[in-house]
Amino acid sequence: MTEPAITPELVQKHGLTPEEFERIKTILGRSPNYTELGIFSVMWSEHCSYKNTRPLLKGFPTKSEKILVGAGEENAGIIDIGDGLAIAFKIESHNHPSAVEPFQGAATGVGGIIRDIFTMGARPICALNSLRFGDLTSAEVRRLFSGVVSGIAHYGNCFGIPTVAGEVYFDKSYEGNPLVNAFCLGVLRHEQIARGAAHGIGNPVFYVGPATGRDGLAGAAFASQDLTDESADQQRGAVQVGDPFMEKLVMEACLELLATGAVAGIQDMGAAGLTCSTCETAARAGTGIEIDLSKVPQRAPNMTPYEIMLSESQERMLIIVKKGREVEVQTIFDKWDLPWAEVGFVTDTGQMVVKNHGRLIVDIPARKLADEAPIYHRESREPAYLEAVRRFTLQGISDTTEPAQNLKALLGWPSIASKNWVYRQYDHMVRNGSVVYPGSDAAIVCIKEDSLPVLPDGTFGPKFKEKFIAMAVDCNAVYVYLDPYEGGKIAVAECARNLACSGAVPLGTTDNLNFGNPHNPEIFYQLRKSVEGLAEGCRAFNAPVTGGNVSLYNQNPNGAIDPTPTVAMVGLIENPAHITTQWFKDEGDIIVLLGEIIDDRDTLLGLGGSAYLQLIHGLKTGNPPRINLENEKKLHDGVRALITAGVVKSAHDCSDGGLAVALAECCISQQIARETPRLIGATVDLTEFGSLRSDALLFGETQSRIILSVSPTQLEAARTDALKLGLQFREIGVVGGDRLTIRGSQSNLSAQLTELHDPWWNAIARAMQ
Amino acid sequence: MNFAVLQFPASNCDQDAVHVLKNVLGHSVRLVWHKDLSLGSVDGVVVPGGFSYGDHLRTGAIARMSPIMQAVQQFAANGGTVLGICNGFQILCEAGLLPGALIRNRSLQFRCEHVYLKAATRRSGFTRAIPSGQVLRVPIAHGEGCYFADESTLKTLQAKDQILFQYTTAEGQITDAANPNGSLLNIAGICNERGNVAGLMPHPERASEGLMGSTDGRLVFEGWLQELAERKRPLAA
Repeated sequence: MTEPAITPELVQKHGLTPEEFERIKTILGRSPNYTELGIFSVMWSEHCSYKNTRPLLKGFPTKSEKILVGAGEENAGIIDIGDGLAIAFKIESHNHPSAVEPFQGAATGVGGIIRDIFTMGARPICALNSLRFGDLTSAEVRRLFSGVVSGIAHYGNCFGIPTVAGEVYFDKSYEGNPLVNAFCLGVLRHEQIARGAAHGIGNPVFYVGPATGRDGLAGAAFASQDLTDESADQQRGAVQVGDPFMEKLVMEACLELLATGAVAGIQDMGAAGLTCSTCETAARAGTGIEIDLSKVPQRAPNMTPYEIMLSESQERMLIIVKKGREVEVQTIFDKWDLPWAEVGFVTDTGQMVVKNHGRLIVDIPARKLADEAPIYHRESREPAYLEAVRRFTLQGISDTTEPAQNLKALLGWPSIASKNWVYRQYDHMVRNGSVVYPGSDAAIVCIKEDSLPVLPDGTFGPKFKEKFIAMAVDCNAVYVYLDPYEGGKIAVAECARNLACSGAVPLGTTDNLNFGNPHNPEIFYQLRKSVEGLAEGCRAFNAPVTGGNVSLYNQNPNGAIDPTPTVAMVGLIENPAHITTQWFKDEGDIIVLLGEIIDDRDTLLGLGGSAYLQLIHGLKTGNPPRINLENEKKLHDGVRALITAGVVKSAHDCSDGGLAVALAECCISQQIARETPRLIGATVDLTEFGSLRSDALLFGETQSRIILSVSPTQLEAARTDALKLGLQFREIGVVGGDRLTIRGSQSNLSAQLTELHDPWWNAIARAMQ
Repeated sequence: MNFAVLQFPASNCDQDAVHVLKNVLGHSVRLVWHKDLSLGSVDGVVVPGGFSYGDHLRTGAIARMSPIMQAVQQFAANGGTVLGICNGFQILCEAGLLPGALIRNRSLQFRCEHVYLKAATRRSGFTRAIPSGQVLRVPIAHGEGCYFADESTLKTLQAKDQILFQYTTAEGQITDAANPNGSLLNIAGICNERGNVAGLMPHPERASEGLMGSTDGRLVFEGWLQELAERKRPLAA
């Protein structure tokens, strides 16, 4: 078979600019051949190289005394959690594949992020996801939504990882461009950290896992283009096919192998498959690597070197083994009935050399390929729409006259409604560590001995006191659309607030930047400003970024998605007594609001960009609420101090839908068992805020507010502590009864809990029928 | 007591069973690899949940042919007690150690949630520790948990007191609305005629510690332990 000639058209088809092609020629000192062109195209795609975003990402805080492996060093960051233990976690997108083939696209997104975690030597113990879809009234959107959810369920459930939390938003901007961001967290001892580096000249390079096929050809390059009408048909072949059974076996075998100490380096074959894993491991170690493709297990006949190097077949790993210990790899992989092959060795040349039956195919300087992709400082211009957004006022928007109807409508709005239709399809309890399930502010998972990979002696090692990890993922993309900088700060603040309400201290952050085409200066502005906001938020809460993912080109001919910098934050709870959930507990408890009832410096009173304006008035505009990170931090420290003092029975943050939705959630969100919610009412008195508009008071989304419930016997202790901590502490009501009643001076809201629970619990299931 | 917890490729509740038997209940537990030919000297065997062989072909259909299942057959034939949970129940049905089959949930979706259960008999070791009439709250997590058997098998199960657990409402009523997967007779768990091999779809090991939200599942293990303690000598296969 003759290879295509390298023409300007072919270069362009590979997503490389003429300047990039010239740079390749300079690096090689000659023109690349077809396989080499393919290799450069995937390695220099945005997905692998961050060529458009690297300068921005430098603004993130990435250091703390607890960080053991930092952002960009390896496949995932690692943070110390004390007692010699550590956690590895990361979020990653699989947006483009999911748009084309939702089930496999989402499934392999989960598979990919799990591999990133066990590649670090950690045992993956839980997963989260953040999803975005268009409006559920569209049949195509429902197809994508149900396909993505069942793909995640299929992969996670079979692999045996609990999917413990997530978020799902529905907005027209995601029509045709769904977002699927998958997060995984794993646990290990400090001494178990594995590295993705090809150390040791002469060490053999092993390929383990299933054979390479033509699936997922050049997926990384595909993910770095706009989606078009043709992409669905033409690029289906770029979507990988996942096998969670295989991944489970590969993971167990790799952890068993890592325990032997026979491994010098390990890396998964994710985006850009064999290409990325070989050149990155060599680049990290400052070595070279040579492989022969004839030794790579192949699933399809007559695969070309180009296809083998660019395939993204799933569940494959590259392992650099200490010379002389090859037999240990063979024994363990034979035990698990997994294919393995010795495909090459580490060299001292600094070159990535690929042969086929001994014939030289590829000869590229590994480090230049892996680390020296061109960097672009893109042009940025404030989007034109922002002017109208800033001009928006509440003038002409009449106050609500039917607050109870509004509340029911908001609770039944799919973005706010319970996501039980989603998470009941996920096994969220396997591994027996899920302490707080999906449906509270943050998920909480117990770290116990079997959370760890085994040690060389086959045990889990010295005993330790159980620890608890809290996790949340958040991003109100409408805020980011309306004010990228403020919206970025709020995404981080909301995530941190969710952790604080559950009793946790933040440890670190992983982010997934989902945006449109960065060549559009207005899109790049959204990206730049929101990253600044994110960075400032992470600094404020001492939650440095340990890694993440960038997904650009999320747009189709109808336009770009709302800018969606998804934030996942991880926190620690040492004492199980401090684990706190959002729902009210006992009749007679006092309801307390921490924070300002409303931000009166905000002329929109928290209604800008609110769910209320979107749903009730059909308006997605206005300046979103402002946030003062210093106050927010004080609030988080304060609520944690109250929780630690033992005076808090429940804590819930106010976010989408404002105070009324948050109060309703406190009343209706505890689920005891199938078809068995625990409903507990509340009577709230807001008459002291007489002059305020009812819609703003009830549904405004002023930031930095938390609803607590406190036993009457501890109320004074709680108040004293709160005032000492500089918090605004206001009794607003009492728990009890079978209604939620909120008295205001302009109007009263009162509804039976069953009438609130029904739309909230069932809205998504009904939309999907 | 000494327990064996079987480990098939892609068993994924194996460690959970070990955790509860060892760390919560204080007994000795060993993981037994599916290619092993012997269980060793054990008092009881757990066939844990998961997706053995990735559910390829049919749930439990390949696992039942693993070498260790010969030893399990022998162990059961000698009167040894075996508990299959979730995928373990599916494997025991495929292996012919329990009657009937587990088919796709009637919702056609995977379901993970707490359900209510009632013991239909207290004659089994797995139900004897459950106070009469007590409704248990235990999670399920399966896509293929709908118990199915022909008419005559169901009649035999009823006549010989082989139905161990049924899905109920919180008040203990056996209703169609309380049935999470469409199982015939709301069956959540059964045993063989001799009573020494049991299978259940709910996960008692996920409801054995207060921190995990329910301790009702412990009663299943406690009854089993009582029964094993009454048998004086350990069984070997």
